[in-house]
Amino acid sequence: MDFERFVFYVFAIILIYAAGRVITVRNPVHAALHLVLAFFTCAGLWLLLEAEFLAITLVLVYVGAVMVLFLFVVMMLDINTSPLREGFIRYLPVGLVVASLMLLEMFLVVGARNFGAQSVAIPERHGADYSNTRELGNVLYTDYVYPFEIAAVILLVAIVAAIALTMRKRPETRYQDPSRQVSVQPEDRIRIVKMPAEREQS
Amino acid sequence: MNTIQVAEFGLLLPEIFVLVMTCVVLVVDLYLTERNRDVTYVLSLLTLAGAALLTLGNYPSGTTVAMYGTFVHDPMGGLLKLFIYVVTAGVFIYSRSYLRDRGLYKGEYYVLGLFAMLGMMVLVSAHSFLTIYLGLELLSLSLYAMVAFDRDSPTASEAAMKYFVLGALASGMLLYGISMLYGATGSLDIGEVGAAVAGSEDRSIILIFALCFVVAGLAFKLGAVPFHMWIPDVYHGAPTSVTLFIGSAPKIAAFAMLMRLLAESMGGLQPDWQGMLAILAVLSLAVGNIIAIAQTNLKRMLAYSTISHMGFLLLGVLAGTPEGYSAAMFYAVTYALMAIGAFGMIILLSRSGFEAERLDDFRGLNNRSPWFAFIMLILMFSMAGVPPTVGFYAKLSVLEAVVAIDMVWIALVAVFFSIIGAFYYIRVVKLMYFDESESDEPINVGMDMRLAISANGVVVLALGLFPGALLSLCAAAFP
Repeated sequence: MDFERFVFYVFAIILIYAAGRVITVRNPVHAALHLVLAFFTCAGLWLLLEAEFLAITLVLVYVGAVMVLFLFVVMMLDINTSPLREGFIRYLPVGLVVASLMLLEMFLVVGARNFGAQSVAIPERHGADYSNTRELGNVLYTDYVYPFEIAAVILLVAIVAAIALTMRKRPETRYQDPSRQVSVQPEDRIRIVKMPAEREQS
Repeated sequence: MNTIQVAEFGLLLPEIFVLVMTCVVLVVDLYLTERNRDVTYVLSLLTLAGAALLTLGNYPSGTTVAMYGTFVHDPMGGLLKLFIYVVTAGVFIYSRSYLRDRGLYKGEYYVLGLFAMLGMMVLVSAHSFLTIYLGLELLSLSLYAMVAFDRDSPTASEAAMKYFVLGALASGMLLYGISMLYGATGSLDIGEVGAAVAGSEDRSIILIFALCFVVAGLAFKLGAVPFHMWIPDVYHGAPTSVTLFIGSAPKIAAFAMLMRLLAESMGGLQPDWQGMLAILAVLSLAVGNIIAIAQTNLKRMLAYSTISHMGFLLLGVLAGTPEGYSAAMFYAVTYALMAIGAFGMIILLSRSGFEAERLDDFRGLNNRSPWFAFIMLILMFSMAGVPPTVGFYAKLSVLEAVVAIDMVWIALVAVFFSIIGAFYYIRVVKLMYFDESESDEPINVGMDMRLAISANGVVVLALGLFPGALLSLCAAAFP
């Protein structure tokens, strides 16, 4: 067993373990953390496949941004998972039938008969100086530069539209205004009330 | 290593300029208070003027494909872009007073409008299925947001929801069709797909399936019967300033999409899509014109009238000849001009807290303002196709193209339903001139709006009196 295969098996075992824990642990925060581990290990597998750009993107986007957001949501909302688990046994037969049908269909379409080593040529190995990121960038900024830029504009429109449709000025929100804080005078904060002295009641 | 020539970007200057200026408007608007909002408005109009100058400065004389086959620079694209600028400028001018009266006068309206226009520009000069789809999504996403722009109006939200769901469905169908075409021909480039489709002797079943899905997606976007359900609700529910936009400029872009997808990439299947378009056209003419009679709301009436006009547009395209294409192009641009005029009249008569969208609101307009009543008369006659307005020539040239390919029956059907349609247009004229007015509120709008709508009416009349120049420009786009 060469080293590459060894690394593959280590990553694959960790990935399967992490993915299994995501759906079996009871604590949602733990599940999210296991998902982070699954993504990270998956990125490692992609590195082995010479898809380093995808691996980096997976770590940066999913682990760095999406999962952090996810953890925030999970921690902020008090999710009670016990109602979700009710009826697990009751729905199990239907679920199993659906799952096995899907598995069968997937096997028929993308099984070894169509995508096995016999029908698809093994991709050639590139040398150490080959950069997957550079190749992608090369295509993205020449062949596809026009569609690529339009896609960026569409994302910009999505941001503008989402903000335009949902952001409201709330009168009850309190903002800090440093210039007002600095220029505040003592009489703005304390009101000295003069009262005539009262005699203590007996 | 692939390379790209800087000179190729020169062909895209109008698009780049519009994008840069839209971002400038977006940022400048953040620093403006409610009172200085006119700066955004003026900047948006300047953007349109600049884009028009750039397009005119490099007006295409022949066909040049650039950006690795994703962009095409041709006379059809150039002319359609110019009309899109004009119509969008009209939309911006008309909607200003309407938006201000309703507290909707915000920079986002103009930013989203400019983005939608950029989407139309991309669509008009697309030379790859990828660019067609991206341009379409850029246009549609901006429009969905604009329909929902009046956030506190339940009808607007409902309209936006319907528009969004059905629009997504249509995009899905179109994409499915495109994916099958890709599977059959192995290319996304319109030129290569066109050659591959024309070259295949036996029309394979996958091409016919692809054609069905593409035509259904296009019919959804155009609003042709039986894919028209969203049109009346969206036109009615959206704020009038947005209805004005949806009903005008995107129709020009939709025509371009029809041409790029059907005529250019699937020209080899012309006998097949001719029949499909004939069914869509006849149904649209029938349903649009007959249901419009029953409407008492002018916005809904104009929505059904749009459906019937799209039927006419399809007639020109289904002819499949250069004459037919140029007639359909003439129809698309002149219809956009008529539509902004008609919706502009609704805005003109509306005031704060009052929508002049019922037919009764037009009663006795002649007593209140003879000039605006006359403009509305021209617009309605033009939509009905009464000479000497431009609508007459638009219908005439489409019918000529259909008769030229010996489909006289479909021309007769079109004329028959146009006569039925004339009833509801002329009813508006009757209400304006022969009925008593319900209100004697003076018409109080800004000078820019008065000038623009007057110019709009005069152009519709002038193009009807002298249609030669525009007709020859349209003919030049299809050598």
